[in-house]
Amino acid sequence: MRGARPISLLRTVGVLLAKDLLIEWRTRARLNALIFFALATLLLFSFAVGPDTKVLARNAGGYLWLALLFASVLALGESFRVEQENLTLDGLRLAPADARAIFLSKALGNALLLMLLGALLIPVMVALYGVSVTMGLGSFAATVTLGCMAISAPGTVYSAIASNARARDVLLPLLLFPLIIPALLAAAKATSLVLQGDPMNQLGSWYGLLIGFNLIYWGLGFLLFPRVIED
Amino acid sequence: MTAAALGLLVLGNWMGLVWTPSEREMGDVYRIIYVHVPAMWMAMLTLTVNFSCCVAYLLQSSWKTDALAEATAEVGLLFGSYGLVLGAIWGKPTWGTYWDWDPRLTAMAIMLVTYVAYMALRRFVEDPERRAVWSSVVGIISFVNLPIVWFSVKWWRSLHQVQSTPKTVDPDMTLALRVNAWASLILLTLFLLHRYRIALATREAEVAMPEALPTDVPGSRDNRASEVA
Repeated sequence: MRGARPISLLRTVGVLLAKDLLIEWRTRARLNALIFFALATLLLFSFAVGPDTKVLARNAGGYLWLALLFASVLALGESFRVEQENLTLDGLRLAPADARAIFLSKALGNALLLMLLGALLIPVMVALYGVSVTMGLGSFAATVTLGCMAISAPGTVYSAIASNARARDVLLPLLLFPLIIPALLAAAKATSLVLQGDPMNQLGSWYGLLIGFNLIYWGLGFLLFPRVIED
Repeated sequence: MTAAALGLLVLGNWMGLVWTPSEREMGDVYRIIYVHVPAMWMAMLTLTVNFSCCVAYLLQSSWKTDALAEATAEVGLLFGSYGLVLGAIWGKPTWGTYWDWDPRLTAMAIMLVTYVAYMALRRFVEDPERRAVWSSVVGIISFVNLPIVWFSVKWWRSLHQVQSTPKTVDPDMTLALRVNAWASLILLTLFLLHRYRIALATREAEVAMPEALPTDVPGSRDNRASEVA
């Protein structure tokens, strides 16, 4: 398992990712629940803050990321529960699938799911908060991609841990939230700039922070994940 | 050793409160650096040791390393929180507010919360071996924050001043700062040794006789689980 060639590692990642996405697609109830949860969160912000469109539009970046963060806890928590029900994680490791490939496929799958959510939330934000995407959809997509990847890498490691521990529903947010504050901050700031325009040219430095965060945590997850799921 | 710690603490406090001169701008308020700065140094030091223990445990499993990791996380958290509270007390007369969302303060607070989560994880996992491996992983991931805290005052010039070290404070204040730092170091070592012994004893009891641990009903580990949770 150690020393597996990069090609076979990538192929395993592809196979596992396809499997996870297929399960996700066939059990659409879960996906729908996730989408409606995120939508409801956005709606709740407008009730909690009051129907002042200016305030809502100004804070839209922060609200979007809070909605995604809350939804990510549900998505991440589910990602290993599926494997546990029929002990398929043990099956995967006996296959044998490289544990690092399991990490990459799970983290990529979670990131894709969150990106999909992010894409679905824009039209809702436009309708509810009256925002406009000043910098173009390309920058918005880049921000959502970087931010979702930043949540999913440490989130996947922690959800593998939490899904086996007691009080897993408490443990995952407890571990994850403080850790990803820098990424959340950068993603929310970058989104605000994308929505409102970037006259001071600050977007690049927030992207830098997000890329750095991603490199660190994808690297750490890749190295440490095999130890997390060993028995 | 206890006597040495107490002696140095008394000496350090006397030096900090009486022997050293007042500061030009802050007057006597600045004197809190003699406890705030050493406390933060000790927190950083202890959490660095925690990181080393976590790496060491993943390379070579040993109950001693795991026990030391538990001790360092808890004592580091203690010193860090103490330092943060002292800083807040100092902030009120100097900055006019207890708390400011300055990068240094924010980064430090985030780091402390990640170690609270680390401690929570240790409580939530029953199996000692899994707990040791998982908490090592979480410890390594949490440590990423520490360099950010340390360099935050250099990267973002904000409200918090550059760290006070013997190089940046007035020569008149260096000796008192050093004495207090040594006193804190000895105190820290005492705390660590004590906590380490407790952790090691608990671990040995868990590993040697998992059944002998106190439970409500024989063989009902789940009952105990819900109690702790």
